Amino acid sequence: MRRYFGRKLLVYGLTFFVAVTINWMVPRFMPGDPISSMVARAGASNPAAAETMRAYYTELFGLDQPIWQQYLNFWAALFQGDFGISIWAFPSPVSEVILGAVPYTLALMIPAVLLSWVVGNWFGAFAARRKALDNAVLPVGYVLTAMPYMWLAVLLAWGLGVVAGIFPVAGGYSFSMRPNWSWDFILDLLHHWTLPFASLFLVALGGWAIGMRNMIIYELESDYSNYLSALGAPQRLIRRYAFRNAVLPQITGLALQLGVLVAGALVTEIVFSYPGLGSLILKAIQNQDFFLLQGTFLFIVLGVLIANFIIDIVYVVVDPRTRAGMAGAQA
Amino acid sequence: MTALQEVPAQDAAAPAAVRREALHFALRNGKLVTGLAIVLLLLLLGLLGPVLIGGTPNAYGTQPMQPPSGEHWFGTTTFGQDVFTQFVHGLRTTFAVGVLGGGIAAVIGMLVGFVAGYRGGLVDEALNMLTNIVLVIPTLAVLLIINAYLGVRSVGAQALFIGLTSWPWAARAIRAQTFSLRTRDFVDLARLSGASTWRIITREIAPNMSSYLFMTFILLFGGSILIASSLDFIGLGPTEGISLGLMLQNANQWSAMQLGMWWWFIPPGAGITAVVGALYVANVGLDEVFNPKLRET
Repeated sequence: MRRYFGRKLLVYGLTFFVAVTINWMVPRFMPGDPISSMVARAGASNPAAAETMRAYYTELFGLDQPIWQQYLNFWAALFQGDFGISIWAFPSPVSEVILGAVPYTLALMIPAVLLSWVVGNWFGAFAARRKALDNAVLPVGYVLTAMPYMWLAVLLAWGLGVVAGIFPVAGGYSFSMRPNWSWDFILDLLHHWTLPFASLFLVALGGWAIGMRNMIIYELESDYSNYLSALGAPQRLIRRYAFRNAVLPQITGLALQLGVLVAGALVTEIVFSYPGLGSLILKAIQNQDFFLLQGTFLFIVLGVLIANFIIDIVYVVVDPRTRAGMAGAQA
Repeated sequence: MTALQEVPAQDAAAPAAVRREALHFALRNGKLVTGLAIVLLLLLLGLLGPVLIGGTPNAYGTQPMQPPSGEHWFGTTTFGQDVFTQFVHGLRTTFAVGVLGGGIAAVIGMLVGFVAGYRGGLVDEALNMLTNIVLVIPTLAVLLIINAYLGVRSVGAQALFIGLTSWPWAARAIRAQTFSLRTRDFVDLARLSGASTWRIITREIAPNMSSYLFMTFILLFGGSILIASSLDFIGLGPTEGISLGLMLQNANQWSAMQLGMWWWFIPPGAGITAVVGALYVANVGLDEVFNPKLRET
């Protein structure tokens, strides 16, 4: 087990290292010169002014230092929690802007991801090998997984928000309100939260249901299932055993899908102008706020790594083979 | 193990017979036929539509915000652009991103998977580590950073970067398959007769999992389309031209939803869903064709 976690942590550590390196490299080695474009955007027509700006930016980013020095500086700044100053929300530091948005994204993602996983698995397991249900679940599931997240979000917002007028379609809370801890505000938050949540939940649901259905069918065909049914065990019992085996790959699947789920949450937030990381990224791109964009990138990577590690721990708890040091899970 | 008795009978005619059998089941598989039909129909629309309709997709027209009519099949945008023209051009881009991105990812995934699975040992350790790292990094986040710094974004570059970041699960799956094949007798035989690693992989191992490889490509194809559309929607799509994702982005940016212009945002999303969904369904059908175990159910 120590080996299992050791390997996992090594992978996550290396991943973080690679992510930070990408974050450092992309602005410096991509074609095009961010400083020229920033100077150009500022519209300094006077050559002397443009030159001053260029010198200022070069010094600000430390671009006049040798490459390795720049790289070390980047890490040093990172450990001090210094992601730079946001241009869009000037003069707030990037870390502060991001921390303000993270709760919204988490409040949206955690329930949507967990619930869709639980409900999808339950549904898939229930539908497997039940002809009529199976024929209904499968096509619906495929349509749901094939849907781009933002499209279902737009459809829901249009149908239930604009046309039916039941739900608000923009923002995390009403514009007339200030965040506080009153019941009115919490209800208002929930009201705004419902549609983005529903849209994330539904798109993710289809994939889990299909995955579970396939796994259950596979398990029901295996030797132990045949043996149990030959012994005359009730179908319920066999299905319960199949479910416990089939849920393991689904846990691994959850870890593999995290990136896709984050991407889905980002675009869903953009549709609903929900004040989470997705809207932040949109603002950063529209305002060419690269510090904010890069800070958000690191936060997302960090979040995904932490979530991966939690899933690893859950896996060890759920699958006794990993605890006994047997080859249950592969690192 | 009844199959063993048939071995002597299959010599020269065997591959042709297998192919005929696969075709036999393929034509009778509803999922495969439906899925393929939808994909081919949309592909034809994407290929021929722009030629037949002509006109540039982003040209401003004189009749803004028209609902669908005989003249404008899918209506027009706030700027009078014809949504149907944009749709067929967008389909073309979507297929291009799918084929290129999915293709690049499939090639990298195969190379990494085959080499890691066949070689084993240190090579496997190193490639496995690389795979795991790229697997954990959220793809879209990396693509955001890269695309944000690209001043001019083209469809090709978008597909390239999608391909470079979305191969890991394929590599993992192919590695596992290769692992189970590499100790088979026919591989040992090839090794004994002095065949090179490359030859063993391409002649002995790959053909034995060709259906699996093809299905991997289909899934990567669909995945690339979905990632590209998200990227387009966030505003990091191709700077020139149009794609289904960009149409959604435009519709969202210019409040089509609030203005009730449903014809602006329903077709592009429906197009993506149809292509990707049909690919997935065709994939299940293929699975049933190649895997006799799944046929009866």
